[in-house]
Amino acid sequence: MKHRRVSSMWAIAAHLALIPLAMLTLIPFIWLVTASLKSSEDFFTSAFLPKGDGPLGIAWDRITLDHYIRLFEEIGIGRALLNSVFLASTTAILATLCCAAGGYALARLKFRGNLAMTVLVLGALLVPPPLLLAPTYQVLYQFGLLDTFSGLILPAIAPAFGVFLFRQAVLQSVPPDLLEASRLDGCSEIGIFFAVVLPLVKPMIGAFLLITFLGTWNNFISPQVVLQTAEKFPLSVAVAQLRGVYKQDYGLLMAGTMISILPPAVLFLMLQKEFVSGLTSGAVKS
Amino acid sequence: MSMAYQSRIRWAGYALLAPFVLVFLIFLVLPLVQAGVLALKQTYGPQASVWVGLENFRHLANDPLFWRAVSNTLIYTASTILIQLPLALGLAMVLNHPKIRGRGIYRLIFFSPQLMGMVFVSMLAGLIFEKRSGLVNQALHAAFGTSLDFPWLQVYIMPTLIISTLWMYVGFNMVYFLAALQNVERSLVEAASVDGAGPWARFRHVTIPAIRPVGSFVVLLSVIGSLQLFELPYVMLDGSAGPANRGLTIVLYLYQNGFEIGDLGYASAIGWVLGLMLVVAAALQMRLARERG
Repeated sequence: MKHRRVSSMWAIAAHLALIPLAMLTLIPFIWLVTASLKSSEDFFTSAFLPKGDGPLGIAWDRITLDHYIRLFEEIGIGRALLNSVFLASTTAILATLCCAAGGYALARLKFRGNLAMTVLVLGALLVPPPLLLAPTYQVLYQFGLLDTFSGLILPAIAPAFGVFLFRQAVLQSVPPDLLEASRLDGCSEIGIFFAVVLPLVKPMIGAFLLITFLGTWNNFISPQVVLQTAEKFPLSVAVAQLRGVYKQDYGLLMAGTMISILPPAVLFLMLQKEFVSGLTSGAVKS
Repeated sequence: MSMAYQSRIRWAGYALLAPFVLVFLIFLVLPLVQAGVLALKQTYGPQASVWVGLENFRHLANDPLFWRAVSNTLIYTASTILIQLPLALGLAMVLNHPKIRGRGIYRLIFFSPQLMGMVFVSMLAGLIFEKRSGLVNQALHAAFGTSLDFPWLQVYIMPTLIISTLWMYVGFNMVYFLAALQNVERSLVEAASVDGAGPWARFRHVTIPAIRPVGSFVVLLSVIGSLQLFELPYVMLDGSAGPANRGLTIVLYLYQNGFEIGDLGYASAIGWVLGLMLVVAAALQMRLARERG
């Protein structure tokens, strides 16, 4: 009896600590959403929604979508949105194919150079991306790929950690006997990869697609360095540049930020389980 | 039996690995080699360059701005280890208690800032910490009567960076710690409790050993990420390092040298020093994990 009372008091104390922290986490989001929905005058006179005579003491009629309309009609944010969708999905699909094929080859196919390549991939995990920033710029210059989408996509489709993750996934969930049996059944090697291996590593495919999509969507430094033409900018660069031009236009900046974070947030909430399984599988294996 | 298939398997291996190897060689191995060559040169954009040997590194050692960047970056990294991770672990331990209701909702709320990319967090932080109109100064003014002109983005840049990333990463690391806490056996905790171990002793001798593998992984990830901080100061401070370079980090300095000044050589030299720091951090961390484990 005493024990139960102590632990329910403990639970109340925990909630007393958790609720303010949760509020603190949520308030910046609320500020972001409301700032994007009110005019510049209301921005300075009210912290969240404009105060007025409406229900809950809020002037609901002063809520406006003007910032969003301006972003699409005047500033052409739609173009940046399309660029982001294109870059993120192309990179995610190509990187997943490339890494799944490579990871499977390293895990289950015997050929000369297999071990050397595996060691090279492990070594590449240690290379910090900023070290490659300047030389990659030079390589892209030499290949004439600066200011092109290819210059952004190609360097991103063979991440060493991707091959490593797929190699581990194949070792864990593709039994060698099954491959042998498929060969005896007359399956071609390419057929085995697509029809036998890929379905068995499906959880990793889902997680890796999502991780790469989100990573590309949120990548700022690569497009900032590689692209020069404004029409090619993805949202990350386009929205960050709004800050320089529309410094005082807070509502506009927050609406641009909203447009940028909604698609990946929706995607994440839909595919939460895959993402978490991807995260934890990475944690366990590294 | 499989003998007949050997050459077929070999060729399949080459074919499936080929796309990866091709891109890997051109966009990882080649740039890595170039990074070595570039670090010995001074360049003016991607075309013109002169050989300077080790001059870049000598210059780096005496470059006060570089040391400013290193000290800022190390302060920031220390803050993630000393503030961010303990908070994340504490939050995970509170949430892990079986009596807590609404655990899933709390977890989603604390994790949610992670759904925003770093650039977009930087956009938001840049406005929230603004003088006068920013939410932080307005709230502090309303609650404690502090000045509306408190200069977060002009003077207190490091605290601003640290607070912003607390918001973004505490919940993220909490998810890892929550997973790790599933390895703590309740029976062991209860046995320790019966034997008279207090909360601190239970934490030190039961909880910590059980979460060590995941914990050391999280520490390493945080150090690696912190040493590479770039977007947050760059976007928040409008493409600069802030007044008196108070927000200068190593990668930001690398970026300024490589892409604003156009010296890809000096930028590569900075990249190598950063790489060295990351390797040292990883080695130290592995050593610590082994010694204690």
